[in-house]
Amino acid sequence: MGEEIKVIVFKLGEEEYGIEVEKVQTIERMMPITRVPKTFAFVKGVINLRGVVIPVINLRGRFGLDEIDATDQTRIIIVAVNEMQVGFIVDSASDVIDLNTDNIESPPEVVGGIKAKYLRGVAKVGEERLLVMLNLSEVLNKSEIIQLEGLEE
Amino acid sequence: MDMNQYLTMFIDESNDHLQSLNENMLQLESNPDDIGIVQIIFRSAHTLKGMAATMGYEDLASLTHQMENVLDLVRNEKLKMQDYIFDTLFKSLDALESMVQDITEGGDGKSDVSSIVASLQSIVRGEGAPSSEGAADGASPAVSIKGIELDEFQYSVLDQSISEGHQVLYIQVTLREDCQLKAVRAYMVFEALERSGEIVKTYPDVQEIEQGEFDRVFSLYYITQRETEDIDNQIKSISEIETTSVVALDHESLQQMVQESAATAEVVKSNDSAATPAPVSPSETTANTNPVKESKASAPRNTGGGNPSRTIRVDIERLDVLMNLFSELLIDRVRLEQLASESNNQELTDTVEHMSRVSSDLQNIVLKLRMVPVDTVFNRFPRMVRDLAKTLDKKIDLIITGAETELDRTVIDEIGDPLVHLLRNSADHGVEPIADRIAAGKPETGTVHLRAFHSGNNVFIEIEDDGRGIYREKILKNAIAKGVVTEAEGASMTDDEVNQLLFAPGFSTAEKISDVSGRGVGLDVVKSKIVALGGNVTIYSTPGKGTNFSVQLPLTLSIIAAMLIQMGSEKYAIPLSSIVETGIIKRGQIKHVHGSRMVQFRESLIPIVSLSRFFDVPDFDEEAEEETEIVVIRKGDRLAALTIDDFIGQSEIVIKNLGKYLPAIQGISGATILGDGQVALIIDANAFIK
Repeated sequence: MGEEIKVIVFKLGEEEYGIEVEKVQTIERMMPITRVPKTFAFVKGVINLRGVVIPVINLRGRFGLDEIDATDQTRIIIVAVNEMQVGFIVDSASDVIDLNTDNIESPPEVVGGIKAKYLRGVAKVGEERLLVMLNLSEVLNKSEIIQLEGLEE
Repeated sequence: MDMNQYLTMFIDESNDHLQSLNENMLQLESNPDDIGIVQIIFRSAHTLKGMAATMGYEDLASLTHQMENVLDLVRNEKLKMQDYIFDTLFKSLDALESMVQDITEGGDGKSDVSSIVASLQSIVRGEGAPSSEGAADGASPAVSIKGIELDEFQYSVLDQSISEGHQVLYIQVTLREDCQLKAVRAYMVFEALERSGEIVKTYPDVQEIEQGEFDRVFSLYYITQRETEDIDNQIKSISEIETTSVVALDHESLQQMVQESAATAEVVKSNDSAATPAPVSPSETTANTNPVKESKASAPRNTGGGNPSRTIRVDIERLDVLMNLFSELLIDRVRLEQLASESNNQELTDTVEHMSRVSSDLQNIVLKLRMVPVDTVFNRFPRMVRDLAKTLDKKIDLIITGAETELDRTVIDEIGDPLVHLLRNSADHGVEPIADRIAAGKPETGTVHLRAFHSGNNVFIEIEDDGRGIYREKILKNAIAKGVVTEAEGASMTDDEVNQLLFAPGFSTAEKISDVSGRGVGLDVVKSKIVALGGNVTIYSTPGKGTNFSVQLPLTLSIIAAMLIQMGSEKYAIPLSSIVETGIIKRGQIKHVHGSRMVQFRESLIPIVSLSRFFDVPDFDEEAEEETEIVVIRKGDRLAALTIDDFIGQSEIVIKNLGKYLPAIQGISGATILGDGQVALIIDANAFIK
């Protein structure tokens, strides 16, 4: 039997994604971001979160999707992985749901344009809903980013 | 008795004593006939032995005991200090240090010291019969003290007390031989006495007694209303006291006593000089087995009473917490200032201004708390250089100046290893072997200066030797052979750039690899460490004359003064420490030299760097302006002008890092939070000057 986990649900476009709740520190509304020059395009800059400077990345940009302008639904999800704190800009964050790890199936090659290595799996919730679980340490893997940038140049 | 609560105290004091032993041994080595120093060393060793025995560290105690035996012979002039004795004693100190280290790390301080003990014993045997009193107590406790010398005032106090019908007592207390906590027992005696009278004068003086720096006997003059017998019983009720003698004095006997003591004063003269610290010459101490206190006290901070500098030891983590909390406060303060200036409320403005003043005082103090004299790093170097010189068979004098210069603790923690490396480098590659020095017409003893001093917002630490200096050709040849530079590159390099090659990864100039330096991990590690601390290293060298490594370090790493500037809608902070000047230039003043843009500044042409281009600022470009504000920045002695949009003003900023996720960004050294809650990036001026 798998274990019950709580998952934060957020949206990029029409697709719904999930991050385990214990990896999420807080969810913030959009706030002023200070641009940081000479870094990856998807790094939007840094924010002041109650006295701590935290880098913010646009998750759409990170996954190679088109970036869109912020709306009043836009949220910044602050996650903490491997002693790193990073903010993800997402289209909206709506829900916390319970999930059994047994319901997570290994991902297909590409889901909604996102490479499988960034994904932990796809979970079926209820009848119609599919939830894509993110593999956070892979999303935040820097050495991979550097290779990626190198290819683009 | 539960020893754990004393453990930290034991460790602290042992380290103090070991440090003073090391220092004094070095002094003695340069001055082997000074019995005064031997006395100090002996006393440190003796105290250390007592402490170790009390705490149950037998190996530690037995080793110090053997050291004492040797030292005892020396101070009684039965043994002359010689090189091999120094070496053995230094070896013993190393062993002691590693044992104390072991205890610090939670070990039991056990270590096999038998070989060192054996060689110490052979010194004692080989150079003369062990003296009868050379053992445990060191000094003979049976010195009869005929009264204590009194000054005129004390005499008149006693004399008058007798006239007024008080009891004036002369008390001599002898502690038991196995008494481990002499200072504590003495203190208990004092306390018991002070409950019912007044102590006028003690011998040795109170400070020495409280530090345990006396043999088993101490004596004092005491004024009381109570009976002689009562007092005697009261003292005897304290444990570990062998004998007491309480003598009631009248006018005559007091006078007699004082005269007697004056007669012995010639002998005790050096003891007396303890009260007014003065250097002691060896001849004065020979007839005298009582400890001589020299101006350089060996136990600076173990008791509270009467000690001139009152200090407490504070956990470093608490200071860090204090610092963090203060940073938070500072951010709020800036925000408050901004709100107050917007609201036009006079009372609010006044209060905020007052708060600002208080908090800047607070900031000074908090920063000062974190400042530590570089001496804490420097103090192990004399010993290290001595050992190095021995190993390398060279003669080297290390001259330290400015050891009192203070640096932030975080810097101090990190700077030790790089300095060790640079010193080893100077001793090994800098200073020549004796034969070469004589051939070059230099004194056979090489000199290495280790200097620390303040300059502006920086602290400089310089390591300068009078050795062979750096030869350009040799370095270039080596660098080309190692593939660090090509021949063509080398030819066009300035001397400075050639010197910097020493810091290139994988570069070692020593022809043969010695175990002192040149083990592949070279000066590049030193450089990167210093740069990581926000500092820099420069080399000045004159071939044949010597080399100077100058290490520049920031005073503090957490709060700095900075100039805030505007770039379109963005704000940046430039540390004041790297700003030379600010100004405005006209478009026409910009000259084009070899395709790069320069501007006349003072007597020289300096390059112009466009900050908006460098950082791809979206909504500002100075090309559109007829006049442009510039900030002239400095890296070492090179300058450059940054073109900017506008100045905002000067401010104290708290340095924050950008988080682990972002890689190092060229031109940015960190971030800070401004009064309005926005993040501003801190510009790393070094990145703009090549």
